[in-house]
Amino acid sequence: MKIAVCAKYVPESTAARRIDPQTKRLDRSGEGALNPFDVNAVEEALRLKEGGDGEVVIVSLGPERALEALRRALAMGADRIVLVADEAAAGSDLVATSRVLAAALERESPDLVLFGQQANDADGAVLWAAVAERLQRPLISQVAELSLEDGTVRGKRQTEYGYDVIDAPLPAVVAVSDAINEPRYPSLKGIMGAKKKPQEAVSLADLGVGAEEAGEAGSRTTVEALNDPPPRGDTEKIEDDGSAADRIVEFLLERKAI
Amino acid sequence: MRFLVFVEHHEGRLQKDSLGVLSKAASLGGEVEAVLLGSGVNELAAEAGKYGAQRVHVDDDVLLDKPLPQPRVDALETLLADQQFDAVLFAASVLSADVAAALAARLDAGLNYDLTDLAVEDGKLVGKRPALGDSIYVDVGWSSEPRLALIRSGTFEPEEAGGSADVAPFESRFQDFSLAATMVEQAHEESEGPSIEDADVIVAAGRGLGGPDNFGLVEELAKALGGAVAATRAVVDAGWYPYSTQVGQTGKTVSPKLYVAVGISGAIQHKVGMQSSGLIVAINKDPNAPIFEYADLGVVGDLHEIVPKLTELVRARKAA
Repeated sequence: MKIAVCAKYVPESTAARRIDPQTKRLDRSGEGALNPFDVNAVEEALRLKEGGDGEVVIVSLGPERALEALRRALAMGADRIVLVADEAAAGSDLVATSRVLAAALERESPDLVLFGQQANDADGAVLWAAVAERLQRPLISQVAELSLEDGTVRGKRQTEYGYDVIDAPLPAVVAVSDAINEPRYPSLKGIMGAKKKPQEAVSLADLGVGAEEAGEAGSRTTVEALNDPPPRGDTEKIEDDGSAADRIVEFLLERKAI
Repeated sequence: MRFLVFVEHHEGRLQKDSLGVLSKAASLGGEVEAVLLGSGVNELAAEAGKYGAQRVHVDDDVLLDKPLPQPRVDALETLLADQQFDAVLFAASVLSADVAAALAARLDAGLNYDLTDLAVEDGKLVGKRPALGDSIYVDVGWSSEPRLALIRSGTFEPEEAGGSADVAPFESRFQDFSLAATMVEQAHEESEGPSIEDADVIVAAGRGLGGPDNFGLVEELAKALGGAVAATRAVVDAGWYPYSTQVGQTGKTVSPKLYVAVGISGAIQHKVGMQSSGLIVAINKDPNAPIFEYADLGVVGDLHEIVPKLTELVRARKAA
């Protein structure tokens, strides 16, 4: 059983985020981290692998320095990383990103491809369906409970109307919700061992993807302008120094909410 | 401009958000058509006319009975091979997001998602997309056709214009891999549990609560405030609280006078379900939680300290 987990290197959530007015892309120059939603997918892959033979491969598209953040997945127990690091892939939209990731995944040909619920920088929650389409594999998304039996994955997932249960034969693509598990923390031994695990950086050429098929050249959407958000009413943010409850009551009285 | 709107339905009714998108497309002018996919949906097709569709393309096929995305990609590809549209619009849902994204890959067509408005400027379609926790608004465009657009849920209200639509049946050509996934159980509306939609005050809890046992804290506060208890998707998915109390994109949309968010980070999926609340008070220990962007009063602190104190104070105030 070979499981590929698609993971993204995102700006650290504690850092102030901005869009570079020149490139109109998210400024990714600061500290980065493994997308927290992908940690649930890594955890799920490790659980599925436990008690059987198998391999968990992290597949990512990002700058070379992403490796350091992605190693957290290795420290948790994943076996290796394949990172598509190529300047020509920067600024890829859904069409271009899915093409590059699908090419990297095809090279691995895993039994199961897992995604996290969304990237916390783009909030897209759309990539898995595009990748499943390119791989021509069945898809189950938003999965809160996953099981595997006799070559079929079964996912329970929430929709607007309650819970669906969907079966898909392997090889398949599954996107998991962040409620599916409580990810483990890497052990000290895991962290020490992570650096020694295989970490491969590949280029678009290695994957047979032309530079014109990736990045902005391979994208089909454009950013036309950046605008300020519509104004909103006064908001107040306080740190609790022991009197926050009093302030809330005062506020509710001011606004005649109680 | 010629628009195609993907119209969803559930248990014999057209979904409100997709009708809202239909009305929006009608307001932009041009030709507005809808596509309706399912089994036994012929009856529903004419209904879309009332909201601005001039024609409804229908594939009524048993293979489209379950709300699975991949057969719908095949259906849309079949239709789009035959008919030219400038744009294909989707109201975001669990189903339609998957359909739109997979269709983008199938056609190599640009998809802009999480849009909160659409406009035609200088004859060009422009999408408005809030980014970085809605702190910046991005105008987005397309460099290919058809332009695929996924609209944030709850964005446009349906408006009955009273028109009628031609019904144009078509037959989809399916791919084997698209039919590989099967739905074993299909969700249907649960009616048990108290309704939170009518409550004037809602105290909602998220993962920050730490565990199901701590719901007592928010139940007590809700009781003191005379309100109802709600939960986020993460908490419901984890089995801490019933689905009937869930607020957000895949749960209820509420607009109480007061919404107290406890241990809720406030991702977009939650925001769309409660942003029209009168007053929003948020308590969260993470100062970077997105909810602080739109809470009227945001408190950075430990909910386990603040909530019991707040409950006591509210009780004392009410008793006085």
